[in-house]
Amino acid sequence: MNLFSLSSTSPLQFPLIIGLFLVFLFLARRPVHQGLRALGRTLSNGLRLSSRSVLLAEREMQKRNRDVLMTEGLVQVERLLEREFQRVETIVDRDLQAYPAFHRRLSELLQQVDENYRNSSELPPTPPAWISTIEAVAKIPATSDGGVAAVLEEIRKTLDRHHQTAMEEYRKATTVRHSILKKTQPSWRRLTGTLDKVHHSITGLKERANLIDKCIQQYQEIRSGSEFAEQRLSTSAMTQFVISALVMMIAIGGAVINFNLIALPMSEMVGGNSYIGAYKTSNVAALVIILVESSMGLFLMESLRITRLFPLIGTMEERTRQRMVWISFSILATLAGVESALAFMRDQIAADMEMLRQSLTGIDAAINSNRSLIPTVGQMVLGFILPFALTFIAIPLESFIHSSRTVTGRILAWALRALAFFLRLLGRLSHHLCQVLITGYDIAIFPLLWVEEKLRRPAKKVADPADSPKLPKLATPKKEKS
Amino acid sequence: MKYLIFIPLLLVLVLTGCPDNTSHSRAVYMLLDTSGTYTAELEKAQSIINYLLGTLQPGDSFAVARIDTGSFSEKDIIKKTTFDGRPSVANEQKRAFRQAVDDFIKQVKPSPYTDITGGVLQAVEFLTETGAGDKNILIYSDMEEDLKKGYVRDFPIQLAGVRVVALNVTKLRQDIIDPRKYMTRLETWKKRLEAGGGNWRVVNDLDRPEQLLAD
Repeated sequence: MNLFSLSSTSPLQFPLIIGLFLVFLFLARRPVHQGLRALGRTLSNGLRLSSRSVLLAEREMQKRNRDVLMTEGLVQVERLLEREFQRVETIVDRDLQAYPAFHRRLSELLQQVDENYRNSSELPPTPPAWISTIEAVAKIPATSDGGVAAVLEEIRKTLDRHHQTAMEEYRKATTVRHSILKKTQPSWRRLTGTLDKVHHSITGLKERANLIDKCIQQYQEIRSGSEFAEQRLSTSAMTQFVISALVMMIAIGGAVINFNLIALPMSEMVGGNSYIGAYKTSNVAALVIILVESSMGLFLMESLRITRLFPLIGTMEERTRQRMVWISFSILATLAGVESALAFMRDQIAADMEMLRQSLTGIDAAINSNRSLIPTVGQMVLGFILPFALTFIAIPLESFIHSSRTVTGRILAWALRALAFFLRLLGRLSHHLCQVLITGYDIAIFPLLWVEEKLRRPAKKVADPADSPKLPKLATPKKEKS
Repeated sequence: MKYLIFIPLLLVLVLTGCPDNTSHSRAVYMLLDTSGTYTAELEKAQSIINYLLGTLQPGDSFAVARIDTGSFSEKDIIKKTTFDGRPSVANEQKRAFRQAVDDFIKQVKPSPYTDITGGVLQAVEFLTETGAGDKNILIYSDMEEDLKKGYVRDFPIQLAGVRVVALNVTKLRQDIIDPRKYMTRLETWKKRLEAGGGNWRVVNDLDRPEQLLAD
């Protein structure tokens, strides 16, 4: 008879099978418990170890992020310092190089002013030697003697005449001195202007010196690896990442418009029915043109030392670098011209297509024959300008690449930390799950365990505990070190 | 150093390993029924041809042929062309195509018999020659075949990968009396063309021409 056949007619068969199965479970209890505990421990330990190793990797990543951040920060400050020194050099070259001439001019002006001043000094007119005698005689009181009165009158007249002459001479001399002082006025103005220039230069230098001081301070902070510097650089990197990503998206929008401007006319050049893989050759060609333009723009920016994505270009000889500027600019200008022509061609083809469509639908093409030139010119201008506008993509690209190192590192570190937490959680869960399974196992066979317990108690009471054989313990979950 | 030789080999393999041999072009062969009273319907066909001319791209192929007594003949092709890859040249070809169709419709004379099968066979031949990836036969007819005595057309037609669209299948007088005849006629054509591997469809609403070549 098949014991496991539930379709049997005997009503006792099913409880019998259950009973036998429970007995089997009771007998297999110890190895099953051991197996489940071992499984729980293995899983828990394995996952804990994995979590620890992931955490170690995360720490390494954090360290690497910090190193990258600090190095980037140092490079940035170095660049700032370099630029400030270049500006100082420019100021020194422009203003202080001409200082000897400046000084000579200043001395000349001062000498001239001094001379003029000396010439303009006011000297009181010297009274003639006989004037005191005449004054004394003039003070003699007039008597009734007519002769004396006449003499005195004559003396007084002479004295008045002399005074008048002296005053006229004095006025002339004063006018001359005033004219000398008037001539000095432009010299003073020039002097003031020259001194203002000196002041401006010195102030500019002072401002630059202050900026350099700040940069040096930042540099020292980064070198010392201070937390403040790290925090500031990290925030700066995140901001740079977001801004550059935004600008890049705008630039990509421009590139898409550029692509649409030249894709259709490219089919006139390379044919609209040939394909490279699953893509039209004309589309691929248009894309290649845009990519070449972007590359030329990148080289131009590198050669101008605005960006520093290729150290080799930055370290080139001055003449070679200048040549590179001109070559990349020429290629860019040529491609911009080609794009402008393609934009014109696009307009022509689009107009022709529209005319054909209208003629096919029965609309009189003559109605739309008077087309405005504005869209054509607009497209041509757009076709010419967009390649140059795309040149500036190099600046946000550089920022994006540099900041993405930090941001990607941070994201990876966060991901590793989350993974470590998840592994740890999984380890704990697997451990507790095994405990739950053990308890569940015991619950399933609890009648037999109860009977066992009942049978064991009297035996324990009668027998000497030292001689009693060790019975299997009840399933009590062990506390394991997590 | 000796392994360096594998680099160009690898490059060649990468570049030529997965060639895309799929043809991206489309070919359309349109059959115009010129039998009996159906010639009156040809003006409507003109608008469909114009729509197709506006839709087809450079590199696509287009042919318009008439269905007459013996349609399995190049002489029945009114105009066929494969549009040039350059859009400007393709536009000129489309203008010439339109002119040829207009001229034909102006001077068309009704034919006494209707050899649709012959026209389909001719269409398959043309479509196969174009090598297009998307092959279409548009049959502008009431689908009532009327063969001249002696013409043999009761054999299977190979139409693997060809989409066959019956356009403007007008109801004949006897169809109005007994619609089962109309349905049986269409069903017979469906079975016959699908047995040859073709994809059969009927489009009677010509106000929505975009569904003509839709998948």
